[in-house]
Amino acid sequence: MASSSSRPAPACEPVDDIVLSARDVAKSFGSVHALKTVNFGVYRGQVTTLFGENGAGKSTLMKILSGVIQPTSGEIVLEGEPVRFASTTDAQRLGISIIHQELSLAPNLSVRDNIFMGREIKGPTGIDYAEEARQTRALMEELDEPIDPLTPVEDLRLGQQQIVEIARALSVNSRILIMDEPTSALSATEVEVLFRVIRDLKSRGVSIVYISHHLEEALLITDHAVVLRDGVMTAYARRADIDLEWIVRNMVGENFDLGSPPTGHALGEVALSLEDVSVADTAVPERSVVDHLSLEVRAGEIVCIYGLMGAGRTELLECVAGRVPLSGGRVVLEGEDVSHLSIAERIAKGLVLVPEDRQRDGLVQTMSVGENLSLASIKAFTRWLLTSGSRERGVVDESIANVHIKTDGPRAEIGSLSGGNQQKVVIGKMLATHPRVVVLDEPSRGIDIGAKAEVFKLLAEGAAKQGLAVIFSTSEVGECLSIAHRIVVMSRGHIAAEFGADVSKEQIMAASGEAVVA
Amino acid sequence: MSKHSQAPARQGGGFDLGRILLEGRAFFALIAIIIIFSALSPVYFSTNNFLTMSSHVAIFGLLSIGMLLVILTGGIDLSVGSTLGLCGVVAGFLMQGVSFDMFGVTLYPPVWVVVILTCAVGAFIGAINGVLIAYFKVPAFVATLGLLYVARGVALLMTDGLTYNNLGGSPELGNTGFDWLGFNRLFGVPVGVLILAAVAIVTILALARTPFGRWVYSTGGNARAAELSGVPVKRVQVSVYVLSGICAAIAGLVLSSQLTSAGPTAGTTYELTAIAGVVIGGAALTGGRGNVRGTLLGAFVIGFLSDGLVIIGVSSYWQTVFTGAVIVLAVLLNSIQYGGRKKRVATPAEPKAPDNPSSPASSGNAARVTSEAESTAGKPATQH
Repeated sequence: MASSSSRPAPACEPVDDIVLSARDVAKSFGSVHALKTVNFGVYRGQVTTLFGENGAGKSTLMKILSGVIQPTSGEIVLEGEPVRFASTTDAQRLGISIIHQELSLAPNLSVRDNIFMGREIKGPTGIDYAEEARQTRALMEELDEPIDPLTPVEDLRLGQQQIVEIARALSVNSRILIMDEPTSALSATEVEVLFRVIRDLKSRGVSIVYISHHLEEALLITDHAVVLRDGVMTAYARRADIDLEWIVRNMVGENFDLGSPPTGHALGEVALSLEDVSVADTAVPERSVVDHLSLEVRAGEIVCIYGLMGAGRTELLECVAGRVPLSGGRVVLEGEDVSHLSIAERIAKGLVLVPEDRQRDGLVQTMSVGENLSLASIKAFTRWLLTSGSRERGVVDESIANVHIKTDGPRAEIGSLSGGNQQKVVIGKMLATHPRVVVLDEPSRGIDIGAKAEVFKLLAEGAAKQGLAVIFSTSEVGECLSIAHRIVVMSRGHIAAEFGADVSKEQIMAASGEAVVA
Repeated sequence: MSKHSQAPARQGGGFDLGRILLEGRAFFALIAIIIIFSALSPVYFSTNNFLTMSSHVAIFGLLSIGMLLVILTGGIDLSVGSTLGLCGVVAGFLMQGVSFDMFGVTLYPPVWVVVILTCAVGAFIGAINGVLIAYFKVPAFVATLGLLYVARGVALLMTDGLTYNNLGGSPELGNTGFDWLGFNRLFGVPVGVLILAAVAIVTILALARTPFGRWVYSTGGNARAAELSGVPVKRVQVSVYVLSGICAAIAGLVLSSQLTSAGPTAGTTYELTAIAGVVIGGAALTGGRGNVRGTLLGAFVIGFLSDGLVIIGVSSYWQTVFTGAVIVLAVLLNSIQYGGRKKRVATPAEPKAPDNPSSPASSGNAARVTSEAESTAGKPATQH
């Protein structure tokens, strides 16, 4: 790693070129250290890209720089002066704006009203709409996107909405613009427009911090590359000195061992078979987010589905579980068509889903650890209408022991557990129903690496000892190469490629479209 | 890890008077009400008065228990007052005898048939509510507001605005015994109070010991997660409105029996009193939190407060003011209690970042998270 160093501000750059920097910034959430003493610099009038896998701390760092959260320790230096942001408004006043992955526009309001939301220009008779419209028009023309200021935002394409968001940031005289995954939902032409706007902003002296999972795309626009891993800055380099391979190597690092595919057991019959499955887009029913996809998984087999955001992974897994309806094809469980069964009926037949977002879809926050664990298997300890407390206790204790949940006991509040243990509760809850096929959507999302390894070990054991068929999805390449016997790469609703366990990270990334120029 | 370690973790800062007062607020409020009114009036503190007040409470208590089930799933049922009125009228109508002009006969159904038919009417109204809400995605507030008007309108249409007065039945027709439902006493206790007790016990059992109860709590706590865990969320939603309708029907029977008359305007605004009882009992209007014990206490607080104000001769206008103040105070305390919990949930939700690999955390680690979370919850008052 000749071109990398653990700190920014390398000798070849004059120090005054850094407009905003984080010095020794650390952030902990309870006992979880999201950032560990990171030094990070934003270069004036240039694009600084932050690379890193999910959970590396990118978003935490950006939230600190834009005032959404405050660091546990360390300081932020703007133009050589230490500053403290109590809120995003504070940061905005000093010229720092963030454009989140999920746009924060009011879709029912016009472009003009969105741009001046919260700081309307007042005239003698209330809001001076004419002046606002004039300024909006000027801003949009500057960005080469002459949208009528009175157009409702919901009528705009996503790319245009993003430009409205940029216009809003510019209208408060932002000198530093943080963009979190701005291209994830854009078409190739929209990305081109965005890049043109970014180049234009650079020429006007605006400094940009850029985060993206599309590595090659980011390499097209960036001037500096910073890599974060596990809350630590692992590498910095100027664009001219690096290539794709350098980024991947630094992002992934020497892998923490997430296990290997279980061997020594014979794979059984086909447990789950997807035949020509299609799922329609909820927003645009003519479009398919999963497009005539077929896949078979055998008992005892572990299949990993890799794909970028929007590849259709979540939709595929949710339709398997019965959450979203099929628009075509069949889901066959152990020879039986379950396409028209409800979620509850599929669970009873042995097909369960561990959802992607455990806070939203996995846990009932108002219930205790034990109640959450027994929710899906409650019928198993019910006799003559009444549940048996002791039998429930047995189920719960068994689950806690089986999936190694660290808790004060079954009566502890679910919110008192760490992210990894909460995830184990969701997994334990579904395993308590004694399933034949387990489908997990990003089971490693937002949990620390030790917990990840435990979760994968659990799945590997289930496959080897009980002959479970396991499908899990991930957006981290490193996790594909852990316990999976087979790796299926999804892209735009299709299976783009299928690999054995001996595949390389580069091959997976190439197949997913991640390392292909947009 | 053991179950024993939980108690110290929960206590956090040892003996916390504020917390005890907060958690048992409905109980302490009831005690305070009884002490204050006993001091102000010599008649208040007597068995007979308590039984009289309790028979008033029975009506609100029955409505509140039905309402609790609905609120636990995160819904609301504004139609219970009207359902009570309509069911009373239906019972009165049946007691007068149903005449079939075509055959020239009049049928006088016995009381048990009247009771079943009346409950069926309540269940039917609840079913309409539930289906509208669960399957047609009508907001609960709007659907039940609509049924509030419809049920009241039907009650007025059936009676032309008049009241059925002779509910006693006659021995030769074989339909006596209606007054037994609320007017009479059994072992010296008003039957309405016994009915409330029975409904309460069944509901307590259902909530604590049946899958249905768990489904109700999980639907209100997080319907998405419940559905993915195989909970029949839509059926649960329909069921709670049906049960709420049945509770309202029972309340209607008890009330018309107590009054020995059934008027079409009976139970007007009772839905709000029922909601107040649930809220004072500590249930969260967002769903998932609450219990029968608290709800009963809430109903008793409202009933004993308003009856007490009548006994000491405070004007009924002031009664309204006091009741309103108690409700606002209760909601305020609820948001203090649950506001702290929200923060607690939010904290572990954040860590997107990996911990150090050594963190297959010791159980001590997990315990620390708990106590930290508890201590933030312990001082929620500063947030408001």
